[in-house]
Amino acid sequence: MEDLAMYIIEILMNSIHASSHNIICNIEIDTHEDLLTIIVEDDGKGMEEQFLNNITNPFVTTRKTRKIGLGVSFLQSLCDQCNGKLVIKSRPNIGTITIATLPYSHWDIPPLGNIGEMMMLCIQANPDIEFMLYFKKDNINFLFDTKEIKKILDGVKINEPDILLWLKDYINQGIKGENQ
Amino acid sequence: MKSLEDLKKMREKALKKVEMRDVDKKYRVVVGMATCGIAAGARPVLNALIEEISRNEYPCVVTQTGCIGLCAYEPIVEVFNQEDHTKTTYVHVTPEKAISILQNHILKDRIITELTIDNYQK
Ligand SMILES: Nc1ncnc2c1ncn2[C@@H]1O[C@H](COP(=O)(O)OP(=O)(O)OP(=O)(O)O)[C@@H](O)[C@H]1O
Ligand SMILES: [Mg+2]
Repeated sequence: MEDLAMYIIEILMNSIHASSHNIICNIEIDTHEDLLTIIVEDDGKGMEEQFLNNITNPFVTTRKTRKIGLGVSFLQSLCDQCNGKLVIKSRPNIGTITIATLPYSHWDIPPLGNIGEMMMLCIQANPDIEFMLYFKKDNINFLFDTKEIKKILDGVKINEPDILLWLKDYINQGIKGENQ
Repeated sequence: MKSLEDLKKMREKALKKVEMRDVDKKYRVVVGMATCGIAAGARPVLNALIEEISRNEYPCVVTQTGCIGLCAYEPIVEVFNQEDHTKTTYVHVTPEKAISILQNHILKDRIITELTIDNYQK
């Protein structure tokens, strides 16, 4: 996996497939503390405790097209490899929260990748899910909320190609601190 | 610099455009976006499709699906013809091939046989 966006999109996809209505993605980089925190929280169908205990095992999946599920185990291996930590908490019918904490400057941590594209791809196929992205890096604070975007679009679909491409650029500028 | 003001202008523009309704579009283009697809390069493929569709009008909607069960052939793009209910499965798709699928299959009803799964499984 070449970038962090790829790991995060896996977790976001899991939330999407769990019939969530609201998905919050929180990416926080604290260069001073050398800490990278990635949090994905959803209000989807959640998991039973017993299932959750084995979720980082690639042989645990509810998908029917193949016998292994890779999304969570990829993120777990990254955390293991970099002395990070992965915590997943879930409650059936309430939702799931996935928290990965990693040492930011560890040399095995891939670059952030294209976060705008990551959000765009999630929104593209799921215009009815509300996504929130909160990005914080030292003094950059960027909040993106599809609810706010939809209010402005008022009737125009959020997944029109032109709008999607604009959102991608808007997010990528925002996380660089350029929209402030 | 992009500001939310731009979005208001884009809204005005979108409202003026007379577009085909999604249900009237002949094709549905589906990109496999499970781990297997993403790892194999489905992200740039979907990105290329969105970019090309914003540049030119095509009689199709683009959607995503999870794992199609043919992980070794990812990235996969399936084209559903909504009129005759046939499905064409394109495999090992790249951004360039994705645009070619739009320009040939979607626009001119010409299936690119060399890129389909039947051509690989023979
Ligand atoms: N946010 C979530 N809410 C509910 N269930 C989840 C969530 N995340 C993961 N799961 C469950 O955990 C299983 C394992 O997830 P994982 O991402 O490792 O594999 P997968 O999604 O099944 O397949 P892949 O990611 O390889 O496409 C899923 O099949 C699903 O049942
Ligand atoms: Mg998954």
